[in-house]
Amino acid sequence: MVKFLLQRVLGLAVTMFFVSIMVFAIMELPPGDYAERYAFRKFSGTGVTLSEADIQSIRVDLGLDKPPWERYISWIGGIITRFDFGPAFAFETSVNKVIGQRIWLTLAILFSTLILTYLIAIPIGIYAAIRRHSIADYSLTVFSYLGLALPNFLLALVLLYISVTAFGSSVGGLFSPEYANAPWSFAKAVDLLQHLIVPTIVLAWSATALQIQTVRATMLDEINKLSVAAARARGVPETRLLLKYPARLAINPVVSTIGFDINRIFSELPIVALVLGLPELGELLIKSFLDLDMFVAGAILLILTFMIVFMNFLSDIVLAMLDPRVRLQGG
Amino acid sequence: MNTLPAQSDALLDIRDLAISFKTDEGKVRAVDGVSISVKPGQIIGVVGESGSGKSVTMQSILRILPGNAIVERGEILLRQSRNGSDAEVVDVTQINPNSKRMRSIRGGEVAMIFQEPTASFSPVYTIGNQMMEAILLHRDVNKPEARTIAIDMLARVGISNPERRIDQYPFEFSGGMRQRAMIALALSCNPSLLIADEPTTALDVTIQAQVLELMKDLQRDLGMAILFITHNLGVIAQIAEEIVVMYLGTIVEKGPTREIFHNPKHPYTVNLLKAIPKVGQSRTRLAAIEGNVPSPLERPTGCIFHTRCSQRTHGTCDVYAPKLTQIGPDHTTSCFLYE
Repeated sequence: MVKFLLQRVLGLAVTMFFVSIMVFAIMELPPGDYAERYAFRKFSGTGVTLSEADIQSIRVDLGLDKPPWERYISWIGGIITRFDFGPAFAFETSVNKVIGQRIWLTLAILFSTLILTYLIAIPIGIYAAIRRHSIADYSLTVFSYLGLALPNFLLALVLLYISVTAFGSSVGGLFSPEYANAPWSFAKAVDLLQHLIVPTIVLAWSATALQIQTVRATMLDEINKLSVAAARARGVPETRLLLKYPARLAINPVVSTIGFDINRIFSELPIVALVLGLPELGELLIKSFLDLDMFVAGAILLILTFMIVFMNFLSDIVLAMLDPRVRLQGG
Repeated sequence: MNTLPAQSDALLDIRDLAISFKTDEGKVRAVDGVSISVKPGQIIGVVGESGSGKSVTMQSILRILPGNAIVERGEILLRQSRNGSDAEVVDVTQINPNSKRMRSIRGGEVAMIFQEPTASFSPVYTIGNQMMEAILLHRDVNKPEARTIAIDMLARVGISNPERRIDQYPFEFSGGMRQRAMIALALSCNPSLLIADEPTTALDVTIQAQVLELMKDLQRDLGMAILFITHNLGVIAQIAEEIVVMYLGTIVEKGPTREIFHNPKHPYTVNLLKAIPKVGQSRTRLAAIEGNVPSPLERPTGCIFHTRCSQRTHGTCDVYAPKLTQIGPDHTTSCFLYE
C-alpha cells in the first residue's frame, strides 16, 4: 500500500509538471500579447501614435520581453514557492486577488454539487436496480433524465423563480442585500448557503442522471453474480446481502469518475452562474482569454486541472481501499 | 407453522415437484413431476443435460429460484433435526423465501456449492470474511470462535497454512483451492444436506479427482447427505450410491449406481452411457443421441423423449405419458418398453 501511494504521488507530480507546460503553451497561443492590448486600450482614440519601440517598452515593463522558458520558470517558480500566480494585467492587481473570492465560491459549488449528486445517485441507482422494471424504477429514471434533458439555464431560471416566489429569497447573487457588505457572521454564512442551493440543485440534477444509470447498470451486473447467489444460499439476509456484495462494487465506477465529474460540472457552471449572477471562475476564464490576460487564464486552468488530477488521485486511493484487487495486484 | 409429522426416515423428500417460469413467450415448464428421496448420509447423483431441470430442482430446495419462477405443485419435505431427538418435517415450498426460517435452512441445514469456484466468492472480501459470515449466521459463536472454526475447516479440506490463508482474497487462491474453500465454507455449519451443483466441472481433471476424493472423505467423517448434480457420468460413478437421470424436467430413470451402469433400461440412459468415450476403442465414431433437447416451450406430448428415441412406437409414445415402472428393488424407469 505504501508503494502504491508513492507511485500515485509521483504520478501526480509528473502529471502536474506536464500540465503546467501545456497550460503555459495555451497561454502563449493566442496571437499578440497583453502589451499590444494594453497599448490599444490606453491610447486608442486619443490620437497618440505609438511606435513599435513604445510597445516594446511596455513589454519590458510587464516582463513579457523575456524568452518563453524564462517566463515559464519565473511563473511556475512563483506559484510553487510563494503561491503567487502572477499579475492580473486587466485588473491592475495580482491574480491571487482577482481569483481569491471566486475560487472559494467555485470550489464550494463544485463540491456541494458532487456530494449532492452522489447522495442522490448512489442510493437511487441501487434502489432502481433492485426494483428493476418497476414503476418506481421508471419514474426515477424519467425524473433524473429531465435534469439532463432540460437546459441548465432554464432549470436555473425556474428554480430561481420558485425560490423567490415561494421562499422569499433574494434574486440571484451570492448574498442577500442586507448581508452583502456585512461582516462575516453565522447568519451571513447561512445566507450564502441558501444562495448556493439553486445552482447546486441545477448542476447536480443533470449529473445525477448519468450516475444513476451507471450505478443501476453496475448494480444489475453485480446482483446476477454467482457470488451473490452463493451468499444468499448461505442464509445472508437480503438487505445485508445487497449492501455487502453488489452495492459495494456498484459505487466503483462512480468513484473512478470523480475527476471527470468535476470537469463536467465546471464546464456547465458558467451558464448557471450567469443566470444566477454568481461570480465564479468559468466566466472569468472566458473573459480573461478574450482580454489576453494570460496569467489569470493560466491560473484558472492550472487550478482546475490540479483539482481534476488531484481528485483522480483521490479516487485511485479510494478505489484501492474499496477493491483489494486494485490494491494487491498493483492496479 | 407448516410442520408435518415425520412420516419416513428420509432427510429430504421431494414429491411430484413442478416448477414453471413466466417468460415473455409464456409459461415454460422447467420441472415436471420430479420425486427424489434422500436418506441421511446418502450420496445421490442427479444426471442430465443442460435444461434438464436439475439445477432448478436444487435451487427450489433452498428457495433461491429467480423471481419469475413459480412452484406449481408438489412438496419438498425437509426433516429438521432440532438438537438431535425430536425431528420435525417442514414443507419448504410453504415457507416464505424471505423469512428467517428459510434463511436458517439456507447454509445451516442445507448448504450448496456451485460450479464456478472463482465466481462463488466475492472478490472484495477475504475467504475468512465470507466463511465467518456463514458461521456467525448459523452457529451460536462469537467472532474469535468463528475464526477458529473456519481455520479448522480450511485445514480439514486440505488447505495448508490455513491461519495465513484465511486472510487472503479469493484471487490469491488457485481454482482447486477455491473449490476446497467453498466446500469448507459450506460444511462449516454442519449441514445435514450438501447440494453440489457440478462442483468439479470447472476444474482440471486431476484436481477434479482430488476434490471428489475430498468430498467422499468429508461425507464419511461428517455424515451429511449429498445431492451431486452433474452431466458427467464418469464423475457420478465415482461418488454416488444412487443415480437419478433427468430429461427435460422429469425423471426418466432412477436406481442404484451399479444398476444404472450395468443394467440401464430407459433408452435415454442407454444412449447417455453409450456416449461416454472409452479408452482403447479408437477409430469409432462417438455415439451421440440423435437430435437436440427440444425447447421447453415445445414440450413433446406423450413421452418427452419420444422425439429422439430410436425405439418409439407410434400411437403410444407420442400420445400417452409413460408411468414410473418398477424394474428392480430400487430401480424405476418411465418407459412403455417396461410397462
